Amino acid sequence: MHELAICQALIGQVEQITLDNNAEKVTRIVVKIGPLSGAEAPLIERAYPMAAAGTIAENSLLVLETMPIRVRCKSCLAETEASANRLLCGECGDFHTELISGDEMLLAAIEFDKAN
Amino acid sequence: MCDTCGCNITSGNAHLVTNDGKLAQTPDGKSAVFVLKSLLTENDYQAIHNREHFDKNAVLAINLMSSPGSGKTALLEATIEALGDEFSIAVIEGDLETENDADRIRAKGVPAVQISTGSACHLDAYMVHDAVHKLDLETLDIVFIENVGNLVCPASFDLGQHRNVTLLSVTEGDDKPAKYPVIFRAADVVLQTKSDLLEVLDDFNPAKAEQCLRNLASEAPMLPLSARRNIEIDAWLTWLRDEVATQAERVAKHEVTKPAIQPDGAALHLAEKGQSA
Ligand SMILES: Nc1nc2c(ncn2[C@@H]2O[C@H](COP(=O)(O)OP(=O)(O)OP(=O)(O)O)[C@@H](O)[C@H]2O)c(=O)[nH]1
Ligand SMILES: [Mg+2]
Ligand SMILES: [Zn+2]
Ligand SMILES: [Zn+2]
Ligand SMILES: [Zn+2]
Ligand SMILES: [Zn+2]
Repeated sequence: MHELAICQALIGQVEQITLDNNAEKVTRIVVKIGPLSGAEAPLIERAYPMAAAGTIAENSLLVLETMPIRVRCKSCLAETEASANRLLCGECGDFHTELISGDEMLLAAIEFDKAN
Repeated sequence: MCDTCGCNITSGNAHLVTNDGKLAQTPDGKSAVFVLKSLLTENDYQAIHNREHFDKNAVLAINLMSSPGSGKTALLEATIEALGDEFSIAVIEGDLETENDADRIRAKGVPAVQISTGSACHLDAYMVHDAVHKLDLETLDIVFIENVGNLVCPASFDLGQHRNVTLLSVTEGDDKPAKYPVIFRAADVVLQTKSDLLEVLDDFNPAKAEQCLRNLASEAPMLPLSARRNIEIDAWLTWLRDEVATQAERVAKHEVTKPAIQPDGAALHLAEKGQSA
């Protein structure tokens, strides 16, 4: 049910942007999602057609791109790849890191058929 | 908010998107627009509204999350006993069914609003909003929100709280933070509950539990306590007193705070944007 709410928010933003661009029909949407976002990609894929039904995005293709988990070390400043339950610096092993990618849920691109 | 300022674009992911907001041609000649918008849901907007209610009344709102039966209600009972004279407290109780937890809180002489979520395994900002309007916020210092016992989806719903508290009881295994990284990463403080049982549970290693938490790059304090025997609850009370005091200072300065880690990382990325700007 959380995933349906996400899809509804997604469709709301897509509708606005489509209007702003004088387009009429959305053919493809790209969403970038990180493993630490808390949302499950398969559930989003299942909820999407329900949220899109009856909107300008009906029958459009949803493309989910998984974002890599990356951290920046506060000690040695290295930027390295990490995993969901091991967000340590890949260079020096310090746990004082900040996540620079991997927890996001972003609308990245919309493709549409333009009016005339 | 993050919906419009694009603060979710960080140096870590900016290179993955180009032509921000501008029309471009795709290889097959269709027109496309590239945006980078975080997906704020209706729930997030409602949560912002809830937080305004709390801040307007100088109330500190704390969201308690854990597995079922980790001791959330017992902790609240012990906390009310210890601080009931010092602070004016109210509790919002989320459960699938029953008024049992709210009754336990009321028995301690504190107002409690029960939310029966039915089939929903988490609280959302709308349910909390309804409950907030049943409380006399003006008279309160702290509102505790006891979330539904569940280590998965409560982490994804902003309720308008200022701080997240995640409980880990010693009966559920010291590797829980590794198994449920999203909810433990969201914690501003982790409470190791039922610590009185450590003497009979030799397979729970507090050092390992803390290591699992640090592996999530969390600097949140991990405080061992027992609500049952009232042992070592002082560190938790001190943390709480500090939070009440800093919330009062923030309200005086019209500053707003959220838990350190937001479901979509917006807060963290905002801080990062501030650094580079
Ligand atoms: N030994 C011991 N038992 C505890 C402690 N805290 C809670 N318990 C027991 O654990 C059980 C569950 O405690 P609750 O406080 O109801 O747990 P909860 O997290 O509120 O449970 P839900 O709301 O159902 O998710 C009860 O039988 C409590 O008596 C503690 O510190 N020590
Ligand atoms: Mg309870
Ligand atoms: Zn490092
Ligand atoms: Zn922002
Ligand atoms: Zn849920
Ligand atoms: Zn309201």
